[in-house]
Amino acid sequence: MDFISILSIFVMACFVGYYVVWSVTPALHTPLMAVTNAISSVIIVGALIAASPAGDWGVAKILGLVAVALASVNIFGGFAVTERMLAMYKKKDR
Amino acid sequence: MHAASAQPSWVMLAYLISGVFFILALRGLSSPATSRRGNRFGMAGMLIAVVTTVLTHELASLPEILGAIVIGGGVGWITARRIAMTDMPQLVAAFHSLVGMAAVLVAAAAFLEPENFGIAGPDGLIHTVSRIEMGLGIAIGAITFSGSVIAFLKLNGNMSGAPILLPARHIINLGTLAAILGLIAYFLTDQSPWIFWTITALSFLIGFLLIIPIGGADMPVVVSMLNSYSGWAAAAMGFTLQNSAMIITGALVGSSGAILSYIMCKAMNRSFVSVIAGGFGAEASAAGGPAKEQRPWKRGSAEDAAFLLKEAEQVIIVPGYGMAVAQAQHILREMADLLKKEGVRVKYAIHPVAGRMPGHMNVLLAEANVPYDEVFELEDINSEFAQTDVAFIIGANDVVNPAAKTDKTSPIYGMPVFDVDKAKTVMFIKRSMGGVGYAGVDNDVFYMDQTMMLLADAKKMVEDIVKSLQL
Repeated sequence: MDFISILSIFVMACFVGYYVVWSVTPALHTPLMAVTNAISSVIIVGALIAASPAGDWGVAKILGLVAVALASVNIFGGFAVTERMLAMYKKKDR
Repeated sequence: MHAASAQPSWVMLAYLISGVFFILALRGLSSPATSRRGNRFGMAGMLIAVVTTVLTHELASLPEILGAIVIGGGVGWITARRIAMTDMPQLVAAFHSLVGMAAVLVAAAAFLEPENFGIAGPDGLIHTVSRIEMGLGIAIGAITFSGSVIAFLKLNGNMSGAPILLPARHIINLGTLAAILGLIAYFLTDQSPWIFWTITALSFLIGFLLIIPIGGADMPVVVSMLNSYSGWAAAAMGFTLQNSAMIITGALVGSSGAILSYIMCKAMNRSFVSVIAGGFGAEASAAGGPAKEQRPWKRGSAEDAAFLLKEAEQVIIVPGYGMAVAQAQHILREMADLLKKEGVRVKYAIHPVAGRMPGHMNVLLAEANVPYDEVFELEDINSEFAQTDVAFIIGANDVVNPAAKTDKTSPIYGMPVFDVDKAKTVMFIKRSMGGVGYAGVDNDVFYMDQTMMLLADAKKMVEDIVKSLQL
């Protein structure tokens, strides 16, 4: 992909983000933050690439593995805490 | 040219699907009914991104990678299970700092071994475009990290919420920012390690400097802003790796945090610049405010309150963070249940800044089993106070202060507030007459004819009202 294609995806995604986020009900703003936290840990993709060279235990690989662990805290923690919060929202049953 | 551009199409397609799933995850949050399905989309998107990356790289490294995932994932999972809902702002700040740190580590790894990331030419030099992206990525990541650590310490009470004001801080901050941008520009012409590491060090420093002058009351804006930064950091790294899942996610999270910051600023009638400049709350506490005149006010008992509540047709409860501090939300819901049995209509009115982060109060009420269709936002319920018998204020103060509507000299002037003064009776639970809200201003509601001050610990008072209702 050339730079312009990537930039196009980015600009379009900013617009999508703008409209999607405004449609989020204010009651769910805390879960929104928790889940955006979880998904921004997609940075784990970069961490996995850094950690992948086999047999070469250089600084870059160590940094990558630490980044994988940090991003994993966020991914598991973020989705789990969001799930926990969302399970609490209930409608009137009477 | 770029090794990353040699990705097979199925790989690019998989990352795109992952990005679309993340959009659907946020889309689900438009209503509580669809929200859990949305969260599942998010998990699926993440799984696709991780599996795709692992499959297209050296599988021999899988054991140590799985080890890192298990350790990190375990810590995250246990924390998420155990955390108290009142502590959600700290948790989110801590999570932001991890995203920031992960971005820094990835950028550093990419700088050290650019070949692995396919961003270096045959001469070993990193592509110019990649250098801008890496420079920005590491700067935003480092700012997110150190800023979030300070936000965490302030929210968690390890550090005073009072703003810390350095002399000439604006000059120091602007100078540091200018230096970072200048060095990123210089990095384009010269990829010497010292430039890269200086950018990193200065960015850690500026994140710290930017957040220390911001007071506790502005923390909801700060947490939202750092949310936004963590997104932009992911997006910058996405550019480096030419990865659509990361770019889409970064843009989503970046917009999300920016919009939440905007909503919070608007709810406090503060401009974003004045929040970032910091110092709010410093002047008020330093000056101590003008000498307060003694005005008459009425004190009520739990029995009086119970009697009036039972007779009411409609009661609107206005909870603030004080209610959460007193852990009064569960007993409050019991009170509401008893009132509903008596045929009273009970509604909850939530101000956008009622908690310590956007939507925090809604979560706290949901945890206490308050049905979400009884909870209303400011603009949806404000017109109803005129037809309401009792406005029941618990742990809130500034958000019901009419001075925000009438007194141009008030520090909270212009902030949208609840029209509780229009209700037939106002019940105001407060620990004592002495304390005032964050903004340090007196509240005319205390002294109105129809106001009954219920002076006690919020939880104790509601328990007493519940006892009286059960008689």
